Amino acid sequence: MRDVTGPLVLGIETSCDETGVGLVRAGTVVGQALASSVDEHARFGGVVPEVAARAHVEAMPGTVAAALAAAGASPADVDAVAVTAGPGLAGALLVGLAAAKAYALALDVPLFGVNHLAAHVAVDTLEHGPLPEQCVALLVSGGHTSLLRVDDLARGELARLGSTVDDAAGEAFDKVARVLGLPFPGGPPIDAAAVGGDPAYVHFPRGKGSDATFDFSFSGLKTAVARWVEARERAGEPVPVAHVAASFREAVADVLSAKAVVACQDAGVGTLVIGGGVAANARLRTLAEQRCERAGVTLRVPRPSLCTDNGVMVAALGAMQAAAGVTPSPLDLSADPGLPLGGRAA
Amino acid sequence: MSRTLPSVLVLALDTSSAACVAAVVEHAEGHAGRRECVLAQRSVVAGRRHGELLAPLLSSVLADAGQQVHDVDAVAVGVGPGPFTGLRVGVVTATALGQALGVPVHGVCSLDAIGAALPGRVAVAGDARRREVYWAAYEDGKRVAGPAVDRPQVLLELGVDRVVGAGATLYAEVLSGLADPTGPQYPSPVLVAHLALGTAGAAGAEGLPGTAGPDRLSPAPPIPLYLRRPDAVLPGPAKRVTA
Repeated sequence: MRDVTGPLVLGIETSCDETGVGLVRAGTVVGQALASSVDEHARFGGVVPEVAARAHVEAMPGTVAAALAAAGASPADVDAVAVTAGPGLAGALLVGLAAAKAYALALDVPLFGVNHLAAHVAVDTLEHGPLPEQCVALLVSGGHTSLLRVDDLARGELARLGSTVDDAAGEAFDKVARVLGLPFPGGPPIDAAAVGGDPAYVHFPRGKGSDATFDFSFSGLKTAVARWVEARERAGEPVPVAHVAASFREAVADVLSAKAVVACQDAGVGTLVIGGGVAANARLRTLAEQRCERAGVTLRVPRPSLCTDNGVMVAALGAMQAAAGVTPSPLDLSADPGLPLGGRAA
Repeated sequence: MSRTLPSVLVLALDTSSAACVAAVVEHAEGHAGRRECVLAQRSVVAGRRHGELLAPLLSSVLADAGQQVHDVDAVAVGVGPGPFTGLRVGVVTATALGQALGVPVHGVCSLDAIGAALPGRVAVAGDARRREVYWAAYEDGKRVAGPAVDRPQVLLELGVDRVVGAGATLYAEVLSGLADPTGPQYPSPVLVAHLALGTAGAAGAEGLPGTAGPDRLSPAPPIPLYLRRPDAVLPGPAKRVTA
């Protein structure tokens, strides 16, 4: 291994449908593995909690073994274990927590319960180095859409500036994909279908786009797309899938990037970090780049494989907590499906 | 004893019921036969808090036994049937412990960890919620039917003399005279260890009727016995938003 200074931190992520295991040492990914149950959920059109929990149980030992093998490490080399304590699906979180506690107990190393959203921000430090003293984070996935002000990531000092009042952005992608006859999860197929489409073909509503809050709303957008498509179908006209996909994607990317940049300006912060599965969306990246450049804000987006749920992000935040001297979590640490920000998991 | 028997230190646990149970058992085998020594056992009624309570319980039971976790040679776990969320905590914990320690993990039917110690014709019934029970039937400690999940009325047709377990207490009225509230309510972690090492029926196992055949009560891979499919409904065609 190139850099062997610093503790080897094992990170475990099971908040939704990905069983993620990552190993981080000295700010570097040394091994990772991911098992996804997404194919088992696809026919249901969304993540089924019990299916996800069962899949985590099956996948856990093999995923840990694969991550250790990738790092050329054995369990005894692990110096600390970090695990997502929330937010997420309760039954799914419990599987990761039970595994993490068992590894910590068996290896006699400290356990760090971490916040899933904070971990999405922390992962960027592996790619772009330490974060500035303050930044704003936009976290967009199938389960979350939040704007946060990050003051001290390791100590859990994050303030929620706003979040979705109904559907998460990724959920809107899934629902619109279904309307357009595209597969689940909806993000990648809508991105692909939108290529060559006109983003101004239909002006879909920007929910809460012009209000004074940093909240979002995507439920009305999804309904507007469905109405528009149904009207076409009723009239016996073909649905221009590329144009609808491009116009829908534009509405989501527009409101997300606009509010994120205003949040930076409002907070007097010069750095925006985007994380979560929707951060992999091509249009959101492009639009955010343009608007950040115009506003003089530095944009940091991890590579797509680190944007989606993974174990590396959990290990990254655990390593930051260990380095900052944060008190480890007790073995009776609870899963907290709605874990709030502003406080470390305890 | 003239010579020391090679011994195996087993950490056994079960979370398939409303309790978390754990034991540290030393198994020794040699010319003199098999010997089991229960070094410590603990249980805590967990309700739905198995995830919080199990790891501290394991830590405590090891301390009670005066053993370090890295002294453990094998892990034994009840694989259910039982309510899914709690059951998974035990199975995942056991699997991860085995992996981290580099020791084998043995799964045991949790109902056997009650029924294998009971004389006569007995059914063991656990709470499966939704007005159903997880059950298995035993004749002198040998499983003869189950495990299965059914309405408690099914237990009336098994030809058993009594029904024990949390399901017996819950459905005492349905079971009329068969329910035995004085019987064990939760799986025994000592039996989990005992069955995992395949010593059921061995001579010298204290307090246990030595009748269970290896074909019916042998340890299995640590895979949860769910007995029910996940609740999930395949979506119909997309709902229309316009009338």
